[in-house]
Amino acid sequence: MKKTLVWLLVTSLIVLTVGAAGCSTKTPNETPNTGNPDNTPKLKLIAVGEATFAPFEYVDPQTEQVTGFDVDLIHAIAKASGFEVEYKNLAWNSLIPALLNKEADLVVSGMTITDERLLAVAFSDPYFASGQAWAVKEGSDIKTLDDLAGKTVAVQINTTGAFAAEELDGKFKDDGKPGLTIKSLTNAADVFNELKAGGCDAVISDLPVIQEYMKNNPDDKVIVPEPAFTVEYYGIAMRKADKEIHELINKGLAKVKADGTYDTIYEKYFGPKQ
Amino acid sequence: MTYDLGVVRRYLPFLLNGIGITFRFTVVAFVLGAVLGLVVALGRIQRNPFMRLPCVWYTDFIRGTPLLAQIYLIHFGLPQVLGYKPVGWIDAMVALTINAGAYIAEIWRGAIESIDPGQMEAARSLGMTYSQAMRYVILPQSFKRAIPPLGNEFIALLKESCLVSVIGLEDLMMRANMMSGRSFRPFEAYFTVALIYLIMTLGFSRLVARLEGGLKRGRS
Repeated sequence: MKKTLVWLLVTSLIVLTVGAAGCSTKTPNETPNTGNPDNTPKLKLIAVGEATFAPFEYVDPQTEQVTGFDVDLIHAIAKASGFEVEYKNLAWNSLIPALLNKEADLVVSGMTITDERLLAVAFSDPYFASGQAWAVKEGSDIKTLDDLAGKTVAVQINTTGAFAAEELDGKFKDDGKPGLTIKSLTNAADVFNELKAGGCDAVISDLPVIQEYMKNNPDDKVIVPEPAFTVEYYGIAMRKADKEIHELINKGLAKVKADGTYDTIYEKYFGPKQ
Repeated sequence: MTYDLGVVRRYLPFLLNGIGITFRFTVVAFVLGAVLGLVVALGRIQRNPFMRLPCVWYTDFIRGTPLLAQIYLIHFGLPQVLGYKPVGWIDAMVALTINAGAYIAEIWRGAIESIDPGQMEAARSLGMTYSQAMRYVILPQSFKRAIPPLGNEFIALLKESCLVSVIGLEDLMMRANMMSGRSFRPFEAYFTVALIYLIMTLGFSRLVARLEGGLKRGRS
């Protein structure tokens, strides 16, 4: 028996060591030269986002590829600034941790620039103006923001939607009204699933995303009775120390805005600007 | 790798508030599941296929599918098919109870079948009906044998209850996710919560061991 245990222990140790050696830490910044005329290696960056957030990033059901406004934009910025980018799908709550531990170099995921996030990461110049809105099913008796008092609201965990719901809850309670019951779902799609199933009275999410959902799911009869109640800007999140990458991104962004590429991408997903 | 105590101190009350929910779900699901499991176990050992087969299908299905899939099925799937309005915590409770019920049914069944058949024969020869034999002779002895595996099932349920976080319930696990995403310190968030779970499970393991010891000293 003792001999078997020792043998088992030694085998496990060998397996673990070999396994650990196999998973070397990636250096996402460099790949062998891919076509720069002076033979310097071209910079390759990994961008991540949670592809449940149409039209910004989502999985195209036909091609099974991750696509969307953010995906097209970061590829355009990469082209304008002369680096390569690969876009990967990753859970929302893991995006900034992945950035901080260098699994990814950019977070391009409809992420709002907030003071709290600025404590941990750096953001590019704003690239999209958005806002939180609340949506209900047609026929709901919730007609205004104040009618939400005492109701159940679904949000995605750790988003500005969730923070807005918490602020609203505090405001209602300060006014002596019943607060909100907030349900935090792990991904953006489940927020709408919750409304669809009837597990909540309303959802709070980014207005463009709600509008896209309404467009793609007309049978679910979701309506947005009031305009967005916050103003926020999306930015591309990067590690604070990567000053060269900040420059590449901001310069690239400015270029695509100036030469009309941004507008082309915008119109592709949102139609002509009003 | 540093463990930022400041962050932990700031979020600890928030995390600890999740213990109540985690604990409540586990206890209720365990108690209801134990009752359900007993009924199913008794059905499972009948010869009548109309009683036995549904019990077999139930335990096979639940034990053969992931709890996470069961939770999603009950919360998002059933309302879609049956058209009713779901309530998050009820769905979570139902999913955990049904899950516990299947595993506990097998625990009861094992305990009952481990009782010497001679006990049943003796009881019947004394003139007891099957039900009386079960109630006064077999089951009381099975209960004692079931305590260790039941204790393990409770601890397993305590850990698995973290899955209800996916339908929005603010238990310990969900709070770990919230803390991680807001403080940007996933190590502090998840390690601290793991410690909290560990303290709870170790505590219950001790309790179960005490219970077993106490029963051993009694009549066998």
